[in-house]
Amino acid sequence: MIRVIQPGILTTVQDEGRSGYLAFGMPRAGIMDRYAARMANLLCGNPLAAAVLEMTIIGGSYCFESAARIAVCGAPMPLQLNGEPVEAWAAVDVTSGDVLEIGAATAGCRAYLAVAGGVEVPLVMGSRSTYYRAGIGGFAGRALKIGDLLHRGNPVPFAAAPVQLPAGWIPEYSSQVEVRVMTGPQNDLFSATGVKTLLSTAYTVSNEADRMGYRLEGQKIEHLAGPDIVSDALTPGAIQVPGSGQPIVMMVDCGTTGGYAKIATVIGPDLAKVAQAKPQDSLRFVRCSDEEAVQALRQERDRYRQVAEWAASGAVPSLAAAVAPPEMPPEQTRPTAPLQTTRRVGRKLRLHIAGKSYEVEIEEVK
Amino acid sequence: MAAMQKLEFFSQGESGLVVELADKIDLAVNSIVHALSRLIQVELVGMVDAVVPTYRSVLVIFDPLEIKRETLMQKIEQLYQTIAVGGATPTGGKTVVIPVLYGGDAGPDLEFVARHNNLTTEEVIAIHTAVSYRIFMMGFTPGFPYLGGMSERIATPRLTSPRKEIPAGSVGIAGMQTGLYPQKSPGGWQLIGRTPLKVFDPDSEEPFLYRAGDILRFDAVSEVEYARIERAVTRGEYLPQIRNQAEVVQ
Repeated sequence: MIRVIQPGILTTVQDEGRSGYLAFGMPRAGIMDRYAARMANLLCGNPLAAAVLEMTIIGGSYCFESAARIAVCGAPMPLQLNGEPVEAWAAVDVTSGDVLEIGAATAGCRAYLAVAGGVEVPLVMGSRSTYYRAGIGGFAGRALKIGDLLHRGNPVPFAAAPVQLPAGWIPEYSSQVEVRVMTGPQNDLFSATGVKTLLSTAYTVSNEADRMGYRLEGQKIEHLAGPDIVSDALTPGAIQVPGSGQPIVMMVDCGTTGGYAKIATVIGPDLAKVAQAKPQDSLRFVRCSDEEAVQALRQERDRYRQVAEWAASGAVPSLAAAVAPPEMPPEQTRPTAPLQTTRRVGRKLRLHIAGKSYEVEIEEVK
Repeated sequence: MAAMQKLEFFSQGESGLVVELADKIDLAVNSIVHALSRLIQVELVGMVDAVVPTYRSVLVIFDPLEIKRETLMQKIEQLYQTIAVGGATPTGGKTVVIPVLYGGDAGPDLEFVARHNNLTTEEVIAIHTAVSYRIFMMGFTPGFPYLGGMSERIATPRLTSPRKEIPAGSVGIAGMQTGLYPQKSPGGWQLIGRTPLKVFDPDSEEPFLYRAGDILRFDAVSEVEYARIERAVTRGEYLPQIRNQAEVVQ
């Protein structure tokens, strides 16, 4: 059992989502940053599909009422186990009564807490994901509250020692993010200038950025003959451009259909980077080919296989030496662009979560 | 049947394939959409992850490490040719009858809709229940049906300011469209009635009463009948009226 002492701002149970009901208008929901969530699962010996806690901006505080192997991956949030610092992106063995405190993100937006055996909540429509807009799935269809008690599934017995991910496999979280897109499906409804605008200028994440979608602000994207299409299917990553010319990146809780032209689609392996952006961060879109996107997906899958093997054997063989410099998804920093000053004390963000507004103050400590 | 359109393929990311038939709302086009969707689901089972039919296209979600985009396109083109050869396009859908209590608290805008169209409320009900509505696609919220076929004679603009909360089961009109709210939600539709049916039940093995490609018929019921059905639904004893064959939509 896991007892929620403090849940953070928005902590929900998520897994790979429910894709079986898209044709019925049911959003997929599920983990926003699949790379971090899956790594957390693999590090504690879980299958990719196990349910985890997705924490937003602030982690919270959790008491483990039985021994367990756990891992926290994603946006850097200071971790303390019974007051002692512990590593993220690493398996950690906890014992009964241990308290894990997870602080505010110093960069990025979301982190994942996985526990061996997975967070056990009832399957609703084939998934444990919370779709809180409709009050469906996860823990009582809602974000976690103080005092909630979460069961966990029966863990696969692990004899292996806990392992830590090599540093090169841990993404760097920056306020300037570059993501790869494939143009389409409706790039032909935009002028050449419009497509060029999307691919050559930076967009700022607005305050309206949540699990449903990220509204961006920047140079107006020009349509050829208006933004409206006969509604068709939406998927996470699709970039809709309404009449304002300001793009919206669809995220995992997005509706299944939409009526604005989609200029491009963020490739699956890079959607995690969007998920880690927060209001006022800057996004740049870079065109990539179908082949490059499939190659990126292959590399991503290879990593999961590799980490599953490490976790099962309890060893990461000759870390730095054995691991070729990764091409994705760590390089979140644009090498050519100067880094934005990170010393911004008391940065205030307004977040809209589940219909409520929160003003959050974030102190960047470095 | 309309002449067969040529299929167009577009990418929606590395795992999304848009199979487009047209860019209009059209019953014949939509019939082919649903026929093709079903063929893809049946014939390419195990090769695709999800199939989403829309007004005028089919989105196929696939794993590009399992099947190449080009291979998938070829297979879908072949399936499409079997429809072309067959000529007629049965969607394989069913007809679901939705009992509705019109007017009163259940349909607070019925009188406005009648006035707006110079009709009596009885005439609005008669017109609304006379038609077989095709579910062109589902979206907006879980279980929300985009219906085609409503008579122009009862078309009514949306409310100028949307309601904060509309009860689940509300049946409404917005412009040329009619539909029903599967869950309580905010909304700007003119509400003409309400069904006691639970058209979306996430805890059920079959969470949705209908699917895209099916036909909905609305059936006016009395308050007494509404209450009876509502009790039966609560006890899990209500058997919805479902006909296996989709009615011919004119």
